[in-house]
Amino acid sequence: MKDWPLWEVFIRSRNGLDHKHVGSLHAADWEMAIENARDVYTRRNEGVSIWVVESKYIHASDPEEQDSMFESARDKVYRHPTFYDIPDEVGHM
Amino acid sequence: MNQQDLESRFQDKIDREVKIEAKDWMPDAYRKTLIRQISQHAHSEVVGMLPEGNWITRAPSLRRKAALLAKVQDEGGHGLYLYAAAETMGVSRDQLLDELHTGKAKYSSIFNYPALSWADMGAIGWLVDGAAIMNQVMLQRTSYGPYSRAMIRICKEESFHQRQGYEILLTLVRGSAEQKAMAQDSLNRWWWPSLMMFGPSDAESTHSAQSMAWKIKRKSNDVLRQAFVDATVPQAQYLGLTIPDPDLKWNEETGHWEFGPIDWDEFWNVVKGNGICNRQRLRDRVNAHEEGAWVRDAALAYAEKKQARKAVVTP
Ligand SMILES: [Fe+2]
Ligand SMILES: [Fe+2]
Repeated sequence: MKDWPLWEVFIRSRNGLDHKHVGSLHAADWEMAIENARDVYTRRNEGVSIWVVESKYIHASDPEEQDSMFESARDKVYRHPTFYDIPDEVGHM
Repeated sequence: MNQQDLESRFQDKIDREVKIEAKDWMPDAYRKTLIRQISQHAHSEVVGMLPEGNWITRAPSLRRKAALLAKVQDEGGHGLYLYAAAETMGVSRDQLLDELHTGKAKYSSIFNYPALSWADMGAIGWLVDGAAIMNQVMLQRTSYGPYSRAMIRICKEESFHQRQGYEILLTLVRGSAEQKAMAQDSLNRWWWPSLMMFGPSDAESTHSAQSMAWKIKRKSNDVLRQAFVDATVPQAQYLGLTIPDPDLKWNEETGHWEFGPIDWDEFWNVVKGNGICNRQRLRDRVNAHEEGAWVRDAALAYAEKKQARKAVVTP
């Protein structure tokens, strides 16, 4: 028997929020993937919208290169608001 | 990087409580241990549907029937979450099911005991799910990310399982003398097998030390078992039922319930395949899989046909 293709499931828990990855499942096509996702991942009103993406279409960064990949952001403290000195008297900014 | 550097970097991540994710480097033995543990866990969820599934059509009321149906459906979902977690480590679903169906992979021995009366639906929810919850709450903090996330999802769903079981027993002990006796009989049969669910005692447990070092497990079998007994004894007292252990006694000094010796010969005998229902469970599982083959094939054929038709219509 051939395994059905693997799908990644993303759910928006309520309007105003992003879709979030919740897990994966096998299904013959995208319509079945959405139905199955409803049955396993939203049995307790966890969602108002479902996205499914066939897993083979997802490309990922290489964990082995994690250090060099994200290194350039590490020494740029001036990108954060706390880097700048503003006297308390100015109030909230 | 050489093997030794990779291994020490891996252990360092574990020690710093950094989760291991699917594509990260990991020692072969870590991968193998997890594939075995997660798939066994998945198989247990799936086989665990069988003893309870039997009682859905015989539930005494619509309320009980809806609850039991929802619980069994949850267990199927738990199996799915766990198979998916195992698959992130590079094994296929087909391969995992094959290992279950050929008897190569194990599942929790508790499901090789028969569910003889309606009270057993109560005892299973209360004790079997209760024991599983002890283990699963710990596993929420396991070091492998996909396994940990599956456990968090599962734990959210489990507590209703235990509560619906306890409520069944509560109703029975408040009923007729026969109903109360049925509840007691059920506790008598499920108590010891539930304690065995935590596995061999720490002194006998072969994989434990490495699993603890890798933080796959975070508490030992005996520690979890003791926590379960401590939590459960007062619940049995509230029901007015007697735990079938003459040695059970409260230890003021340690603050724990002491319990009598576990019959490990019985445990190993069931693990080896000689429990009351081993053959029946495996046969039912294999039948369900084989009888569903045409549905899986038809769904795939239909999806391919739809795809082909779309290819023709769109220029
Ligand atoms: Fe479960
Ligand atoms: Fe459960």
